[in-house]
Amino acid sequence: MQTELIDWSRAQFALTALYHFLFVPLTLGLSFIVAIMETIYVKTGDAKWKTITKFWMTLFAINFAIGVATGLIMEFEFGTNWANYSWFVGDIFGAPLAVEGILAFFMESAFFAVMFFGWNKVSKSFHLLSTWLVAVGSNLSAFWILVANGWMQYPVGMEFNPDTVRNEMANFWDVALSPVAIAKFLHTIGSGYVIGALFVIGISAWMILKKRDVLEAKRSMVVGASFGLLVSIFLILSGDESAHQVAQQQPVKLAAMEGHYKGLKRAGIIAVGILNPDKKIGDDIHPFYGDIEIPYALSFLGYHDIDAFVPGLDDLVLGNEEYGIESAASKIEKGKIAVKALQAYKEAKQSDDQTAMSESRKLLKEYMPYFGYGYLEKPTDIVPPIALTFYSFHIMVALGTWFIILFLIVLYLTMANDITRFRKILWLTLWSIPLGYIAAEAGWIVAEVGRQPWAIQDLMPVGIAATHIDAGNVQVSFWLFALLFTVLLIAEIKIMLRQIAYGIKGGH
Amino acid sequence: MFETLSLHSLQVYWWIIISLLGGLFVFIMFIQGGQTLLNQLSTTDDEKTMLVNSLGRKWELGFTTLVLFGGALFAAFPKFYATSFGGAYWLWLGILFSFIIQAVSYEYRKKEGNLLGSKTYETFLYINGSVGTILLGIAISTFFSGASFTIDDNNFVHWSIATRGLEALMEPLNYLLAFAMLFLVRIIGGMYFLNNIDHEPIRTRTRLMIKRNIIYFLPFFLGFVGWVLLKEGYTYDPETLKVSMVSMHHLTTFIELPYLAGMFLVGVVMVLVAVFNSVFRAKNCCIFTAGIGTVLTVMALLLNVGLNHTIFYPSSTDLQSSLSIVNSSGSHYTLTAMSYASLMVPFVLAYIAYVWYAMDRVKITQEEITSSDEHHY
Repeated sequence: MQTELIDWSRAQFALTALYHFLFVPLTLGLSFIVAIMETIYVKTGDAKWKTITKFWMTLFAINFAIGVATGLIMEFEFGTNWANYSWFVGDIFGAPLAVEGILAFFMESAFFAVMFFGWNKVSKSFHLLSTWLVAVGSNLSAFWILVANGWMQYPVGMEFNPDTVRNEMANFWDVALSPVAIAKFLHTIGSGYVIGALFVIGISAWMILKKRDVLEAKRSMVVGASFGLLVSIFLILSGDESAHQVAQQQPVKLAAMEGHYKGLKRAGIIAVGILNPDKKIGDDIHPFYGDIEIPYALSFLGYHDIDAFVPGLDDLVLGNEEYGIESAASKIEKGKIAVKALQAYKEAKQSDDQTAMSESRKLLKEYMPYFGYGYLEKPTDIVPPIALTFYSFHIMVALGTWFIILFLIVLYLTMANDITRFRKILWLTLWSIPLGYIAAEAGWIVAEVGRQPWAIQDLMPVGIAATHIDAGNVQVSFWLFALLFTVLLIAEIKIMLRQIAYGIKGGH
Repeated sequence: MFETLSLHSLQVYWWIIISLLGGLFVFIMFIQGGQTLLNQLSTTDDEKTMLVNSLGRKWELGFTTLVLFGGALFAAFPKFYATSFGGAYWLWLGILFSFIIQAVSYEYRKKEGNLLGSKTYETFLYINGSVGTILLGIAISTFFSGASFTIDDNNFVHWSIATRGLEALMEPLNYLLAFAMLFLVRIIGGMYFLNNIDHEPIRTRTRLMIKRNIIYFLPFFLGFVGWVLLKEGYTYDPETLKVSMVSMHHLTTFIELPYLAGMFLVGVVMVLVAVFNSVFRAKNCCIFTAGIGTVLTVMALLLNVGLNHTIFYPSSTDLQSSLSIVNSSGSHYTLTAMSYASLMVPFVLAYIAYVWYAMDRVKITQEEITSSDEHHY
């Protein structure tokens, strides 16, 4: 397939996903924060809390609409841009999407209307229940789509059927409860909660700076900072589990995340480092111009053992007999055997040669774990873009650390009723809102760029997954989407800013 | 329970669900129909706002049904999903574009600083309601007219025409269903307004609109039904799966499966009765009769195209590449697992019905729309 087509198809999906990921994390976090605020209102009966709840709910709604729209596009882009992929894995991948629709999305959408328009139409408790169900529905929805994504990173619970030339589900629970999917879900929703919390404390900080609705802003800040602190701590735990899963299932990604070339026992994590762009697989050039390392940390992160051996990119591409690591060249050879066996199976089936069918089927089964490698050209094809993966990972971790510190400071100062005096902290809080988005997008880049060249780990490279279509079509639709999403994003930001400028008591 | 069913039974079960979802989706497209009526049924800004707010409280359901429809097709009939979406690229992208602009329009239309201005968002709603509906009608019509694809021995799709789905727009017969759908969703949209908005001037204009639109609807609908029933149909041999053409296959299916024909006729009659009651007996509750009628009619048509050894997505390039529920479905295991998930559907429908009832007990009035204490679109 043409490289140009594949690149444009990837660019289009990345564009949609990046935009989608601007809106959805805020929705995930804000939905729970709003539900907490409304719960306080219902418990205390204090009308101020109702005003506060309605204000944040309005911002939630403005953001929600475009998140839904980009989500719809992503679902259908699997078909429009990745038709071969859709067939190859539709038997597995489609199921979580359908379950998402049945169980989660309907819940979210049905109760969404009550949440916004039901204040004077249903009882207080039913309204509160609806707000919580919107939050639960949004998060359930995220669960099922991340199960699908988790399966692409770690395909389990299926068997390849040579008659249909696709993977077929063999165990739904293996797919739904895969450790990679669970870790991915927890870490991703955690990042969404942090964005929601940063958004609430950042906007509240701006209001305090402008001396507008100070009491309401401080109350919002307490909820936002408490929620943010709790979920930040949770994010460390889920991040640790995520990295552990990456080390087990996608060691190449882990090596790229750390710019780790030579396998080591007691490997450290690069706290700060500048990659040397001249570094190639297998040479002796130092991978960094300069770096500061935290000893043992990578071994611990990856294997929960400070003595563990962490394979580097050299080991994973060239192989390492001592540690039983197979070279990519060997995997490519085996992959080619699998691809040929499939072809032989099809030919044997056409001529109704049962013996040949049985032999090629056996061979195919044996080499199926390497199937995707059969489409790669050279061993270094298994290496994702290292610089992008490395820097994204480190930006994400650094920002995650900053958020914990920020939430602690903001919570302490607000509880001490002293936050209004610390204008620099308030400005820092405001400017941390975009940092939350940067961290989330960086995390997404680590997960998705870090797994290249695979559409499905080890089974299908992106080059095979794309729709057979002229690249010009995808190019045109890319620019149309880019234009439309950008215009809508600008519109959203302008509306948000205007709504925020009205203040919490300023109406909705 | 489902494990014991044969693969074919599961395929039929899932085609029934897809048909039901298709029917529900067409019904919920009253939102799209309503969007094309915003200017026609209002004379003041407040009236238009009442119409927008009435629809805006339901727009999410349309999106959700579309997502579920897509997800269910992906899981249950992945070969169709890959073939149609990957092949008729521009047709589907056109539909998707029309839905993106709809999603933001309700929330952004009246908000200050909305960049594009209220009129633009109203135009977006109109485009989604009209162009979106017509394109969807054309896409569904390709179930009967066929599409230009072949499937290779890896089951990967190859589209034969460079226009990638736009060629369906050049087939005049596809417009029969497209326009029938457009006028139908306008009629149901009108009935929804009658039921949901307590404002006499709007109700008067709505009844007049329904009267006109049923006159526009009937020729297109009858033309579509005539075309489908009299045309050559694609069928497959259940033993060899070899595809061949049969004269008036869809008509034969209705005759051989009379319950489908009955469902179809009952559905059509219910829609007509609803129209009669709305227009001549000034009833406001006909959305439910028309809704059930629409679901039954669309369901019967989709079941007709999927059952009785019928090809539901014919290839006009290579007859043998055509898709039936047998050669395009998911595996036995997946269909079984999904069937368990489908048991949740009645609960989902129940809470949607309850929420709808709870929210619509109090009808939309001018006072509510102008109140500053309420969230508005």
